[in-house]
Amino acid sequence: MTPQTDPQSSVPPHGTEPAPTNLTAARVRLALRGFREGWSIFVESRIGVIGLAVIIIFALMAISHPILMATIWDEATYDPVTGYAFDQIEQPAPPSWAHPLGTDPLGRDVLSQLLSSTASEFILGIVAALVTVSIATMVGAVAAYYGGIVDTLLMRLADLVVSLPGLSLLIVLSALFDLNLFMLALLIGVLGGFGGSAIIFKSQALSVSVKPYIEAARVAGGGRLHIILVHIVPNLLPLSFLYMMFTVTGAIFSEAVLSYFGLLNIRMSWGIMIHTASTAGYLLGGTKYWWLIVPAGASITLLCSTFYLVGRALDEVANPRLRRR
Amino acid sequence: MTVSSGLPDIPSAAGSPTPLVRVESLTKLFPMSRGLFRRPSAHIHAVDDVSFELFEGESFGLVGESGCGKTTIGKLLVKLMEPTGGRILFQDDRDTAGGQTLTDIVDTSGKDLKEFRRKAQMIFQDPYESMNPRRTIFDTIAEPLSVQGIGSPPERMDKVRDLLELVGLTPASTMLFRYPHELSGGQRQRVAIARALVVEPTFVVADEPTSMLDVSFSTSIMHLMSGLARQLGVTYLYITHDLAVARYMCQRIAVMYLGKIVELAETEELLSNPLHPYTRALLSAVPSPDPAHQRDPVNILGDVSAPVNPHPRCRFHDRCPMAAPQCYVESHPPMEDHGGGHLVACYRV
Ligand SMILES: Nc1ncnc2c1ncn2[C@@H]1O[C@H](COP(=O)(O)OP(=O)(O)OP(=O)(O)O)[C@@H](O)[C@H]1O
Ligand SMILES: [Mg+2]
Repeated sequence: MTPQTDPQSSVPPHGTEPAPTNLTAARVRLALRGFREGWSIFVESRIGVIGLAVIIIFALMAISHPILMATIWDEATYDPVTGYAFDQIEQPAPPSWAHPLGTDPLGRDVLSQLLSSTASEFILGIVAALVTVSIATMVGAVAAYYGGIVDTLLMRLADLVVSLPGLSLLIVLSALFDLNLFMLALLIGVLGGFGGSAIIFKSQALSVSVKPYIEAARVAGGGRLHIILVHIVPNLLPLSFLYMMFTVTGAIFSEAVLSYFGLLNIRMSWGIMIHTASTAGYLLGGTKYWWLIVPAGASITLLCSTFYLVGRALDEVANPRLRRR
Repeated sequence: MTVSSGLPDIPSAAGSPTPLVRVESLTKLFPMSRGLFRRPSAHIHAVDDVSFELFEGESFGLVGESGCGKTTIGKLLVKLMEPTGGRILFQDDRDTAGGQTLTDIVDTSGKDLKEFRRKAQMIFQDPYESMNPRRTIFDTIAEPLSVQGIGSPPERMDKVRDLLELVGLTPASTMLFRYPHELSGGQRQRVAIARALVVEPTFVVADEPTSMLDVSFSTSIMHLMSGLARQLGVTYLYITHDLAVARYMCQRIAVMYLGKIVELAETEELLSNPLHPYTRALLSAVPSPDPAHQRDPVNILGDVSAPVNPHPRCRFHDRCPMAAPQCYVESHPPMEDHGGGHLVACYRV
């Protein structure tokens, strides 16, 4: 038995934290502590830190574009879509002091195009990821806990969505409808959320819903909504983090492919930059015109793999099993 | 008005005439083929025509080997499962005029079910899995209060502190906002006890609460639980596979074998005068505290199996050292009183 202090006394314990005076304060303190612990686990895994650093660099790139446009870049020369580099004799021009990444076949500054696209890649990825994970979490939790006919219907729908060839479907849809970036993000999110990730989330939710603490919650008097929202969904969080990062990767990649085919109603993007180089016939030009392809291609690859790395690190943070070490 | 039963009169341990819980012909079958549209080909008879009564304030032990249906009975009694057949009658405290009423809880739902959740609680076997790893100790213990809308948040906080002290987790303020993984198995089981008692239930199913703990923890948990039973007047259905534990905790013990209760008696009577061959076999496996005392060793044959579509004859027949032709041809023996409420289901005693 542990040594016991007088049970009647209400003096603060000799532990690290003072006795919580009210519930809200205690919860805030708990959240901060959770964040600190999570951060230290995140820092421990190097891949997470590297990934986060790269994401911050991309975020700085996104912010830098409007600043550069407002200060040293004049609109007529540097606008990513309508600009023209009159100072260059031949287009595409190789890198120079005025144009660090050269110009594209239409005489537009490549660095300006690269920077201006960064923000929309982020928005696309994050919207698609949030939509996917929200839908998949709810579909998975509901299917697992209710079972029966609800489960059967949702899972047959998921099978149907999975059996659709995703990218080809997006190509057809974007050819039929005038898709902008936001609609594309929603579409990717809905297809992902009702499709493959719904199946994965359901199997995870199923393994949670047979845990004794679900039965304990039922004996406590908890209804279905309480059990799904309080006990099942929070235990799907580690998976959510992982899937969010995968979806970001998938969304950025899909956008690049669709833009490459010229099917999206977007002003500028990394995919469009490669599309421009390709339609003007520079894609097969070997390494001679590298600045037309390498910056955009490398950005796509780097951002995709970075989100993947961060996802892996967040998975470790959110997984209490690994926390127990 | 009292619901009459076909049971022989059992003298009450607490001296009250009406039982707190009366279980009549309780049956639970699990279909073996699990498909939405396919008809199951076989059933596991997890609980098969079981009847017993629990009296107010007593601890009633349910003892038997793994897979004999103990947990299933416990879950049926707190309405975690629907029975295939039979009735579960609970004392109805709304009745005031003289005699107590028993109500069938099998079909209760809605408001009545909510009320039932305040009266009947359960402590689960596995202290590591019976708590959501993402919820603090406060959230876990206060869950019955918050989902049932009992008290304001500060009142719940006070109540949780009281319970933490009651179960010996002191000082309470250091425990409130910890997570389950920061606690030992014994401490977690104390939290589980606090969660079960927070709504001040009259009836608690304790499903092997100490079987996954170290010996040192398990004795202190048993000590705590029997102390709380006396202090709060809680009635326990105490499930265990260990007769020594049942002896310490319970006033009466029922021995189960493959979905059937085969013997039921007051603890000392059952231990000193076991009548069913299965009970004798169980007892011969328990080391006697008195080295001078020698029990006749009883051998039972073979292994316990799952009761899948069992033959209607005596369940214990295949392993019984005293089986006679009668046991083979007749159906499973009924529970018969051998004096003083000592019930046995065997043709050979
Ligand atoms: N949900 C279920 N679905 C199908 N079969 C079940 C289910 N729950 C229990 N069973 C079966 O019913 C029988 C009784 O199980 P139960 O869990 O009640 O046994 P127990 O006496 O508690 O055993 P233990 O000591 O191992 O906990 C077993 O054969 C088991 O396989
Ligand atoms: Mg059990």
